[in-house]
Amino acid sequence: MEIYLFEIALTFYFAAAIVCVLELFKGTKTTSIIMLSLAVIGFLFHTSNIIARYVISGHIPIANLHEASSFFSWCIVMIFLFLEYRYRIGLLGSFIMPIVFVLMLSSSMLPRKIEPLSPVLQSYWLGIHTILAFLGDAAFAMAFGVGIMYLLQEHYVKSRHLGGLFQRLPSLQILDEINYKLITLGFPLLTLAIISGALWAESAWGSYWRWDPKEVWSLITWFIYAVVLHVRLIAGWRGKRAAVLSIFGFCIVLFTFFGVNFILQSKHVF
Amino acid sequence: MKVLVIGVNHKTATVEIREKLAFNGPKLEEGVFGLKKVPEVKEAAVLSTCNRVELYLCASKRGSAADNVKGFLSAFHGLQRQDFEKSLYVHEGEDAIRHIFRVSSSLDSMVVGEPQILGQIKDAFDFALHKKTTGVLLNKLMKKAFSTAKRVRTETKIAENAVSISFAAVELAKKIFTNLAGKAFMLLGAGEMAELAARHLMNNGVQDVMVVNRTYERGCELAREFNGKPVKFEDFLHELVHADIIICSTGAPSYVLLKEQMHKVMKERKNRPVFIIDISVPRNIDPEINKLDNVYLYSVDDLQEVVDTNIHGRKIEAEKAEKIIDEEVEKFVKWMSSLDSVPTIVALRQKADEIKAEELEKLKGRLPGLDEEKMKAVEYMAAAIINKIIHPPTVALKEDTEDRDELIAMIKKLYGINGDED
Repeated sequence: MEIYLFEIALTFYFAAAIVCVLELFKGTKTTSIIMLSLAVIGFLFHTSNIIARYVISGHIPIANLHEASSFFSWCIVMIFLFLEYRYRIGLLGSFIMPIVFVLMLSSSMLPRKIEPLSPVLQSYWLGIHTILAFLGDAAFAMAFGVGIMYLLQEHYVKSRHLGGLFQRLPSLQILDEINYKLITLGFPLLTLAIISGALWAESAWGSYWRWDPKEVWSLITWFIYAVVLHVRLIAGWRGKRAAVLSIFGFCIVLFTFFGVNFILQSKHVF
Repeated sequence: MKVLVIGVNHKTATVEIREKLAFNGPKLEEGVFGLKKVPEVKEAAVLSTCNRVELYLCASKRGSAADNVKGFLSAFHGLQRQDFEKSLYVHEGEDAIRHIFRVSSSLDSMVVGEPQILGQIKDAFDFALHKKTTGVLLNKLMKKAFSTAKRVRTETKIAENAVSISFAAVELAKKIFTNLAGKAFMLLGAGEMAELAARHLMNNGVQDVMVVNRTYERGCELAREFNGKPVKFEDFLHELVHADIIICSTGAPSYVLLKEQMHKVMKERKNRPVFIIDISVPRNIDPEINKLDNVYLYSVDDLQEVVDTNIHGRKIEAEKAEKIIDEEVEKFVKWMSSLDSVPTIVALRQKADEIKAEELEKLKGRLPGLDEEKMKAVEYMAAAIINKIIHPPTVALKEDTEDRDELIAMIKKLYGINGDED
C-alpha cells in the first residue's frame, strides 16, 4: 500500500517537473496553476506515504537512504509550496521541481524495505536530529535554486540582452532577499542538527564528536554557510557572490548527503 | 442592419482636424444623441481620444447612412465637409468589425500594444450604454471586442516589452529593485531626455530625489521642480553612496565617474545594487563601471537597442494578433448573419403551420363522418405538402450567399411575413 503511495507521488512530481521545464519555453497562468496542482497532489500522496511508513515501522521513516532522500524531497516540496503561497515567484518551480524529481527518482531506485531500527538508533534523538538536518538541507536546496535564478537574471541585466527569461524571472532584489532568508533559515537548523547529533552521539556512543566523515563534512557545510552569512553582514557580499556561494554550499550538502555514504565509510546509515 | 465605423486617427488626420472633430466634455453626450437622430442610425457610440475620433454605429442597410453621418459631423462641429472628408475613413460590415477589434486590441495604435486604448473604448462604450444609445448588436460587438483584446493580450506578447527609452529604463529598474518606492534617485546634470526619464521614475514611486548641476542655481531650480534636494557638483561623489538609481547627462567632455571611484562607493554602500543610466554624449561614465558587481550601467545606445528589439518583437506578435482577430471577426460575422435568417425561417414555418391547422379545421366541418384513421392520413398529407412547399426557401435561407439579405426581404414579402424592414 505505502509503496503505491510513493509511486503515485513520484508520478505527480514527474508530471510537475515536466510542466515546469515546459514553462521555461512558454509559460502562462494556466501552466503554473497546473504545475502547482500537480505538486500539491504529489505532496499529499507523499505525505501519506511517509505517515504510512511511520505507522508500519513505528519510527520516523528515515532509517535508510531510500527513506532519507524521500524525506529530503518532502521537506523541499514543503518549503517550495510555502514560498509559492507566500511570494509567488515566477518560474521558481522550474528550478526546484526537477531537483525534487531527481531526488525522488534516486530514492525510488534504492532498497525500500522497511527495516527494524538498530537498537543504538532507537532514541527520541532520531526524530529531532534528522528532522532538523533535513529541513536545513531543504532550505539550502531552495537557496541553490534561487541562486541559479539570480545568476541567470543577473546575466541578462548585466549583458544587456533582455531576451529569454528576463521578463518572467523575478527581480534581482527579490531573488537576493529570498536567497538570504533561506540561508538564515537553514543555518540555525543545521547548527541545531549538529548540536543534537553531538548530544545523541554522547548518549549512544559515549562521546560527542568522533570525527566520523559525516560529522566532518557537516561541519564543513556549516562553515561554508557561516562564511556566506558573515561576509554578507560584514563585507556586504550580496547579489552575485552570495548566489555563487549558496550554489557551492548546496553542492557540499549533496556530497555530505550522498557522497559520504558511497565514497567514505560512515556510522551514519545515510 | 450593418456595422459602420466612421472616424479619423493619427495616421489619417492632422492634430488640428482631430481636435476639431473631437467630442470633448458635454459635446460627447450631445454627439451620441445627435447621431441617434440620423434617420438610418439605430445604435451609436463615440470614442474620442487625442489620437482618434471614431463613431461606432449600427445602421440600416438601405439609405446612405455614411453620407448622412458626415453631414451630421459637418453640422455638429460647424465644419465644411471638404475640410475633413479626406481624412475620414468609413468601414462597413466585416471591415468595420475588424477595425473595432483591431483598435481595442491596440493594433491600430501609434505605439502598438499600448494598453490605454482598451480602457478608453470601454469608457466610451459604457457612456453610450448609460445613455441608452446602443442596442443588441453594438452591445454584443463591444463585448466581443473586449474579449478579443483580452485574447490578444494573453495569447501574444504584444504588450510585454517597453518600447520607449524611459519605459525601458523603468522596466529595467523594476527588474533590479522590484519596487521603486523608497528608492533614492540622483539626477546628474540636466536635459530633456534625462528629465523625462526622471519623471517616469517618479511616477513609479521614486521619492527621494537629489539633483546635481554644475551651476548650483540651475540645480536648485530643477530640485524645486522635482521636489528634491540640490547637491553641489563637488559633493556628488559623497552623496552617490545614497543613490540607488542615477541618471547622468552632464555634457562634460570626459568621464565624471571612474571605476575606482565607483568601487569605493560600492564598498561604502555595502554592495547594495545601483542602476546607472548614462544619457550623455560623449559618455560621462566610465563603461568599465559595469564590470563592478551589483552595478548596472546602461548608456542611451544600450537602452535604444533594448527598445529596438522590443519593437521588432511587437511586430512579430502583431502578426499573431491579426490571426486571432481574423478568427474572432469570422465568428462574429457568422453570428450576425445567423441572426437575420433564423427568425425568418421560424416565421415561415409558423405561417405554414397556421395555414395547415386552419384548413384542417375547416375540413373537419365539411366532412363530419371522417374516422380517425382517415383523418390522420389527411393530416399527414397536409403536413407533407407544406413541408415540400417551404423546404426550398428554408434551404435557400440557410445558405451563406451574398444576396441573402435581399432573399430574406423577398421571402418575407412573397409569403406575407411581417417584421422588421431590415
